[in-house]
Amino acid sequence: MSELVASLDVPSRSSRWIGACRDFIGRRPLGAIGAGVIVLMFVAALAAPLIAPYDPVAVDFAAMLAPPSAEHWLGTDAFGRDVLSRLIYGSQTALVVGFGASLLGATIGALIGVASAYFGGRIDLFLQRIMDVLLSFPLIILALALVAILGNSIPNLIIAIMVPMIPRCALVIRSSALSIREMPYVDAARAAGFGHSRIILRHMLPNVMASYLVMLTAFLGQAILLEASLSFLGLGVQEPLPAWGLMLRGAAVEFAETAPWMAIFPGVAISLAVFAFNLFGDSLRDALDPRLRTQ
Amino acid sequence: MYNRIRMLFMLATSMVMAAAWPALAQDKPRPGGELVFAVPSEPPSYDGHQEETFGLIHPVAPHYNTLLRVDPSDKTGTKPVGDLAESWTVSSDQKTYTFRLRRGVKFHDGADMSSRDVKASYDKILNPPAGVKSLRKAAYQAVEAIETPDAHTIVFRLKWPESSFLLNLSSPWNFIYKADTLAKDPRWYEKNINGTGPFTFVEHVKGSHWVGKKNASYWDKGKPYLDGYRAVFITSSSAQVAAVRGERAHIQFRGFTPADRDSLVKALDSKIAVQESPWDCVLMVAMHHEKKPFNDKRFRRALTLALDRYTASKNLSRIAIVRDVAGIQVPGTPWATPPEDLEKLAGYGKDIKAARAEARQLLKEAGVPEGYAFTFKNRGIPQPYEPLGIWLIDQWKQIGLNVKQEIVEASAYHPMLKRGDFEAAMDFQCGFIVEPDLDIARFLTNSDANYGKHQDKVIDELYVKQARATSPDERRKVLREFEKRLLDEEVHVLYTLQWHRIIPHSAKVKGWTITPSHYLNNQLDTVWLAQ
Repeated sequence: MSELVASLDVPSRSSRWIGACRDFIGRRPLGAIGAGVIVLMFVAALAAPLIAPYDPVAVDFAAMLAPPSAEHWLGTDAFGRDVLSRLIYGSQTALVVGFGASLLGATIGALIGVASAYFGGRIDLFLQRIMDVLLSFPLIILALALVAILGNSIPNLIIAIMVPMIPRCALVIRSSALSIREMPYVDAARAAGFGHSRIILRHMLPNVMASYLVMLTAFLGQAILLEASLSFLGLGVQEPLPAWGLMLRGAAVEFAETAPWMAIFPGVAISLAVFAFNLFGDSLRDALDPRLRTQ
Repeated sequence: MYNRIRMLFMLATSMVMAAAWPALAQDKPRPGGELVFAVPSEPPSYDGHQEETFGLIHPVAPHYNTLLRVDPSDKTGTKPVGDLAESWTVSSDQKTYTFRLRRGVKFHDGADMSSRDVKASYDKILNPPAGVKSLRKAAYQAVEAIETPDAHTIVFRLKWPESSFLLNLSSPWNFIYKADTLAKDPRWYEKNINGTGPFTFVEHVKGSHWVGKKNASYWDKGKPYLDGYRAVFITSSSAQVAAVRGERAHIQFRGFTPADRDSLVKALDSKIAVQESPWDCVLMVAMHHEKKPFNDKRFRRALTLALDRYTASKNLSRIAIVRDVAGIQVPGTPWATPPEDLEKLAGYGKDIKAARAEARQLLKEAGVPEGYAFTFKNRGIPQPYEPLGIWLIDQWKQIGLNVKQEIVEASAYHPMLKRGDFEAAMDFQCGFIVEPDLDIARFLTNSDANYGKHQDKVIDELYVKQARATSPDERRKVLREFEKRLLDEEVHVLYTLQWHRIIPHSAKVKGWTITPSHYLNNQLDTVWLAQ
């Protein structure tokens, strides 16, 4: 018997991951391209001090408004700062704010959604009305109001972007959790005398994980776009810190005709990042949704 | 032979005359036409005595006269000439000013203007009735009495001689109102117009435009040249540029950025003319004297020594509305600091390496460690606050300071300064006439605008001394002492660069001269439109 078990070809954990990745790339090439761009962004953010050719905040008047060249591949801005270096360092800001806001927003939203579905009754009613109030504000307006109240530091920016995401995630997760609540294994857990927190955390949350991941990736793109919008409006990251939205404002607008590279490259970076997260999120949803998996 | 030479000479003369004729014809004022100009903000009320925005001056000033005005052809904007005053005399002790008023001046409602009206207007400015605001009351503290010996004479008696008195009477805000109207309702002028100026009021459509029509019975015969004017309220700067580019507006009197100027010149070529001038506005860094380490003058001196103002002047002027390196007065004006004196002040020398070495030494002596961090609060307005903020932070980084910028939204900015809720913050000064009394009063210990809360009796004494100086040389000497104390010895504030005013306007607009103030030269009586 022991020999039989030993001879079975059970794939290791890492080879299962490799297999899943291959499968994902093969079945969903667009999603894989999105994932590739995201990986590139991560590498750029983590290795910024090593790969950025210049200090992103150092003013160099001798190189003011220089077009793309061998010295400055993507040109320089109105203060002679290297656009490529600012883009590379800007990916740190985008990812910190994007991940921070969407991770917190999706997680809090998921917890509220599951709790709301599990408890039902007055708790559900109360939580859902709060979510309705938050949902009644357009995303950007709520973020603008919050950042105006809290002030414009990076932690406050994360909070301002996170809050509008909570009700959106809570609604989606609640609808998934409502069907899970009726499952026999949840009844069985209740009958076994398990506490609410154990049932929610051990039995319900893992079963809404697919929806959660899809929401998370979708929010990532939105959060990056929102951070760029707020920075563009002067309410996000402040100069001289490098941020993509910030690179689009001020002199980039004034010199749009004579130095278009100042606006084009950050614009491309924002579009590419949002597009990549959306492609990856869509493919992830398709891969995780059993109804779409067979199509 | 002689006749042939004479004929050749006459022929040459007539050819030169013929060639020059179009230019000569262009320089002769042409009557008619409507001047259209963009105004970036709107008047909160119509009363110049209580407002401080160019949003009032630009559309409203053409309806009024003042007692004196700044010579509309003087580029420095510092030469007083008569407006309603025909002539004046000053007593030998410089404490009595007697003005002879013009005769035949009428208000737009047909009433005659007399010294009673001038007195009533100045009484309102100096001693406003209860419930009436007067913003410039403090500028006339020297006035002891105003007398009207006859209908066309007005006398100002002063408690002490005051160097700036004539320029103070040239203030573009001091519209002359009708005495009878003020007697009935001192607030009437907040919502109505009735002046003696070159244009009468037609309409004001809020959020849209303001229209004025030529005053046919204007006292200065032959003027104004224009049939009328239309002020169009446009808040967006890109829309203002588009209006001038599309020839829907002839001019915007406040100013455009270097990038806007370049794009307009490129698009309109010979159809656009550009006038530039140093601007009587400057951004300064206020440093809170009650907070460490800003209470230590070695630290403040290090901050000014770190600035390479000359390199910035050359380069920032390409992207921002700043240019000249200056002291406490606008370059090119009577009290400006000569370059050789300026270079002696801390942070104004040409050897930036030596200055920064001294700055690092001072930081060390003050016990400020390498990488010391503080927050610099800046105003949430793009020009020129944003570029200057970025530049300052870069300059301070070069002496080992790590400065974080916090942008304060425009409406929260002044309350922040007044509360003293900052370590270092961008502060600004914008004058309506280049005159030391007006420009440097903010540095007095008890001034409301002393945001850094410095206490300096020497500064206070020097201010009074320069204001009461009876000879220009004496005043100049005291002003240099004041400047040295303010910017070098104590470094109470830190001056950045003088603003630079750029007015690209339709080449058709003639008879208007730029000055260092965007509050001056808006009566429009000398302006005309070429074909």
